[in-house]
Amino acid sequence: MAELQFREAIRDAIDEEMARDEKVFIMGEEVAEYNGAYKVTEGLLDKYGFKRVIDTPISELGFAGIGVGAAMNGLRPIVEFMTFNFAVLAADQIINHASKAGYMTGGQITCPMVFRGPNASAGQLGATHSVAFDSTYAHFPGLKVIYVSEPDDAKGLMKAAIRDDNPVLFMESEQMYGMKGEVSDEEDYIIPIGKGKIKREGSDVTIVAHGKMYHVAKQAAAQLEKDGVECEIIDPRTVKPLDLPLIIDSIKKTNRCVVVDEAHPFAGFAAEIGFLIQREAFDYLDAPVQRVTLPDVNAPFAKNLFDAWLPDAKNVIDAVNQVTYRN
Amino acid sequence: MAKKKDQEITFAPKGIGDEKDGAVQKGVDLPAPTKKKHKALGLSEEDLKAMYEQMYLQRRFEERAMQQYQKGKFGGFLHLYIGQEAVSTGTVFALNDDDDIITAYRDHGWGLCRGISANEGMAELFGKKTGCSKGKGGSMHFAKTENHFWGGYGIVGGHIPIGGGLAFANKYNDNGRISTCFFGDGAVDQGALHETFNMSQLWKLPVIYVVENNGYSMGTAAKRHTVAEIVDRAKGYGMKSAVVNGMDVFSVYEKMNEIAEDVRKNSEPWFVEIRTYRYRGHSMSDPQKYRTKEELEEYQKIDPIERLKTYLKDNKILSDDEIQEINDKIEQEVLDAVEFADNSDFPDESELYDDMFVEDDPYFHI
Ligand SMILES: Cc1ncc(C[n+]2csc(CCOP(=O)(O)OP(=O)(O)O)c2C)c(N)n1
Repeated sequence: MAELQFREAIRDAIDEEMARDEKVFIMGEEVAEYNGAYKVTEGLLDKYGFKRVIDTPISELGFAGIGVGAAMNGLRPIVEFMTFNFAVLAADQIINHASKAGYMTGGQITCPMVFRGPNASAGQLGATHSVAFDSTYAHFPGLKVIYVSEPDDAKGLMKAAIRDDNPVLFMESEQMYGMKGEVSDEEDYIIPIGKGKIKREGSDVTIVAHGKMYHVAKQAAAQLEKDGVECEIIDPRTVKPLDLPLIIDSIKKTNRCVVVDEAHPFAGFAAEIGFLIQREAFDYLDAPVQRVTLPDVNAPFAKNLFDAWLPDAKNVIDAVNQVTYRN
Repeated sequence: MAKKKDQEITFAPKGIGDEKDGAVQKGVDLPAPTKKKHKALGLSEEDLKAMYEQMYLQRRFEERAMQQYQKGKFGGFLHLYIGQEAVSTGTVFALNDDDDIITAYRDHGWGLCRGISANEGMAELFGKKTGCSKGKGGSMHFAKTENHFWGGYGIVGGHIPIGGGLAFANKYNDNGRISTCFFGDGAVDQGALHETFNMSQLWKLPVIYVVENNGYSMGTAAKRHTVAEIVDRAKGYGMKSAVVNGMDVFSVYEKMNEIAEDVRKNSEPWFVEIRTYRYRGHSMSDPQKYRTKEELEEYQKIDPIERLKTYLKDNKILSDDEIQEINDKIEQEVLDAVEFADNSDFPDESELYDDMFVEDDPYFHI
């Protein structure tokens, strides 16, 4: 095991895959000469040159689409967005083209590529820079969506994403790039897409949390433990495909569930999990499923409003108290 | 069989300008400043003093803002306009007060120029309810619509069509107002610009699109992200265009005045490239490894504020003492603004839900 920052774990995965397969290349704004806005691609230009590490103008729709075309024509692009908030400009290429080309051509086309970058809020950046998009993209057939919470997952899942023959959205968090964690140093370390992980065992309540919210859930669980409540935390790691059996098995054990999600409430990830649980495990529930999400309002700038807006451990504890009837 | 070349394959950006010894060179030249003196431009001595005060205010406001940011008084992004003050000031003096202005996230200078007080501006940076956007926007979203300043926008190029839309409404209402839309050189690579230019020309919208070409889009020199001179983008749309020296407030004033008049008379869009320079990094976290100290110093030698100061002194409009007096007054105004911002309250938590449509259902609240 090696202790790596998020950015290093992601970089290692990209580096290993670029070394392994000539068809893999990376492009995006400031990825080459500037070494990446968040230094994920640091050093890659020196190693692979301007053929495979490519700076683009601020033309999200254009370069995402060039990635799609290149993927259709046999390459394996990694397209970096400075954040997924800017990928909205490229949504047409992702949603209308990358996800559908194979189906519409009766399987003649494949689009093996990764769109990656930070997702959701990064602290007081205002309304246009703070949206979580994992639920949104998961809504559309044909796209795989990953939102990682720990460097180890980042490494193993990034390698899997690059090798996948479908378009994969790989989401990170700007606030977590410097966060460290143990990363497997197993050779060619791959985590299969669609496999969640029990990150904390517990018997009283299941908390489903991914991405940045996993850390919020972990904090809440540590506090709840002092009160004698044992939380089981499941990190699905991939939003789509979803490891539903892992979640359902856990609920059969704990009989209670709180979903913590960084997106807005309506028609989001948390709503979907709530539905799936009532369909698969209704008889096992001792309380209605609760969710902790952002409110149905845009991100404010002011520090106090921003702190209130973003879900925190206290929100999770309140929800756990509700499902365990411990008010 | 496909033919193969022996050349090494590379997707290194090769745009306008030259590369010498691997160093980033200027992609474009600064046009010569106007030779006209203030009277010939129709500017009074009072106008000149006001221009100087405005430019000095923008500079000091941002220098203090930077200091407060470093002290941790507020967070988020902070993109400074320092170096570019002649563009906002020259433009605002050239336009009518009810002409519309919209810009990108590098917006403090624009806001101050369009009547956001130092207090309202600083409080917005601090995220306080007394800020121009009630603390909900922050650095990137200054706005004062009563003064026809429609705000700063954070998605590069996202506001270009909106600038066109402001003009559309002015034409629709036949109110004689024109709209101006400012953005950085990086924004010209967005599809939004091209779609908007085409429609603006089709419908003859009364709008001036202005690229403030400060040489860099974040860490990318203009010559590395664009293949032809930026102003040439106008050609493809048959749009009228001009290149302006943005380090000289008189040149900006002169050109924007002429162009505004033309737009008002003919209702036709323009694309203007104002060449300028930013002294600070793209934002506070930028190590600026992509440019040389020498290049920065070259521009500081032609600083727009120093230039106007010299003019004021050479033409005996203001003495050294009088200039010092203005500087002191503005320094005090900015220090007071810091204190005002610091002492102001944060918005009340209930205000989180104001100013937009929000579902009533408590399950959609925190
Ligand atoms: C659509 C979009 N892509 C990327 C970004 C990130 N970004 C913010 S500013 C910037 C550089 C823009 O440079 P330019 O347009 O020249 O304006 P300047 O900063 O020089 O004023 C980038 C890449 C963004 N905000 N929006």
